[in-house]
Amino acid sequence: MKYFDTGKSEKMNENKMLIKDLDLYYGDNQALKKISMHLKKNAITAFIGPSGCGKSTFLKTLNRMNDLIKGVRIEGNVFLDDKDIYGEDIDTTLLRKKVGMVFQQPNPFPMSVYDNVAYGPRIHGIKNKEKLDEIVEKSLCDAAIWDEVKDRLKKSALSFSGGQQQRLCIARTLAVEPDVLLMDEPTSALDPISTLKIEDLMENLKKKYTVAIVTHNMQQATRISDFTAFFLLGELIEFGTTDDIFTKPQNKKTEDYITGRFG
Amino acid sequence: MSPRFIYEEELDKLSESLELMCAQVEHYYDRLFEASENQDEETIKKIIKNDSVINDMERDIESKCLMLITKQQPLAGDLRLVSSALKVVTDLEREGDHVADMAELLLRLHMTDLSRYSIHLPQMIIDTKNMLHESVDAFINRNCDAAKKVIMEDEIIDTFFNKVKDDLISHIRSNSHDVDECVDVLMLAKYLEKMGDHAVNIGDWTIFRETGNLQDKRLL
Repeated sequence: MKYFDTGKSEKMNENKMLIKDLDLYYGDNQALKKISMHLKKNAITAFIGPSGCGKSTFLKTLNRMNDLIKGVRIEGNVFLDDKDIYGEDIDTTLLRKKVGMVFQQPNPFPMSVYDNVAYGPRIHGIKNKEKLDEIVEKSLCDAAIWDEVKDRLKKSALSFSGGQQQRLCIARTLAVEPDVLLMDEPTSALDPISTLKIEDLMENLKKKYTVAIVTHNMQQATRISDFTAFFLLGELIEFGTTDDIFTKPQNKKTEDYITGRFG
Repeated sequence: MSPRFIYEEELDKLSESLELMCAQVEHYYDRLFEASENQDEETIKKIIKNDSVINDMERDIESKCLMLITKQQPLAGDLRLVSSALKVVTDLEREGDHVADMAELLLRLHMTDLSRYSIHLPQMIIDTKNMLHESVDAFINRNCDAAKKVIMEDEIIDTFFNKVKDDLISHIRSNSHDVDECVDVLMLAKYLEKMGDHAVNIGDWTIFRETGNLQDKRLL
């Protein structure tokens, strides 16, 4: 797999993450084949492809979530800034603080809004009430949900709507001040209005964070992402600017997929 | 096989409607000059009346395009087809208008032999017809080379127009009794020249459909 030219400089200082020749095996089954690409700083990169193509698996390699799965073997390099996250001296807890993740189903803890957001900072040793208050407010503001929950911080997170719960989960991820946000189909379980709220939110999030999102929604990918990577059968078929991928893809397989001719 | 049967079918119907409209405009153009040569006033009147057929075709194609965008959200090559179709129908409709306009002028001129006013006019009519045919053929067959050829040919039609104009000026100077007719012939030549411009536009949209570029500028 050649290293794709996105027409932009490939210098590391413009990229937050750089992936080189990444292979992933589930036992004997190879799920990712020689993936090479990058996540540009302060940009949204969308991963698209039919079910089972490896895009979620790939997303999870970016904060070593696959380490938790038995029988997984990974080869190649994933650099966060200039550090290989599969290197020997990597603390995966710290890595997952830097590279946070939001999942398909909103998964708030069965506790109050406040405690959900304060959970991460507390784990990382912050005990000071004023400091925690500040982090909770800032995170909820950044996740565009502060106005909706500010008078109900002690209420159970589970009492809120799906869209609110998902933004709360985003706030919980932001509370530990990550560099990168990984989102695995974050709106697929939400109604259209909640989806658009999250999409608007993402546009703001990229000012501070580097974002990667897995989505099955082509329109969503075109609306929100700056770069798009198309995966098929564990291979990265095409990677480029979203404008190029959705208007003039270079590979026929990409065009067939985005126009709905297979998948 | 594509799982989007309805979508594929709608795109096919759009292409078919475009082909039909192209063929219709060409057909009226051919019939007009044939009828004029045969002094067939009835046919020319029918052509004027039938301009509404072309207009209806334009509306139908526009509606098909807008519904495709609304319901199917076409992307990449499909979006270039739909957006170029939306632009090309406007040129085809204007060409239809010009055929009707020329029909009215020919009636006013009593279907006279136009070479009496300019020896260049018969060839200009043939070359404009060829340009019209080549442009729609290039669009339907997605042939960028043919489209580029059409774009180059515009200069020939422009040169013809200037020659016809010079011929008419000489004609007016030598026969001052038929100035009205000369003005009508000049207008007819202008409509032919405008049809050449629309053929160029169709050529441009043919290239856009394949490349996403319009006159070397990336649009999509």
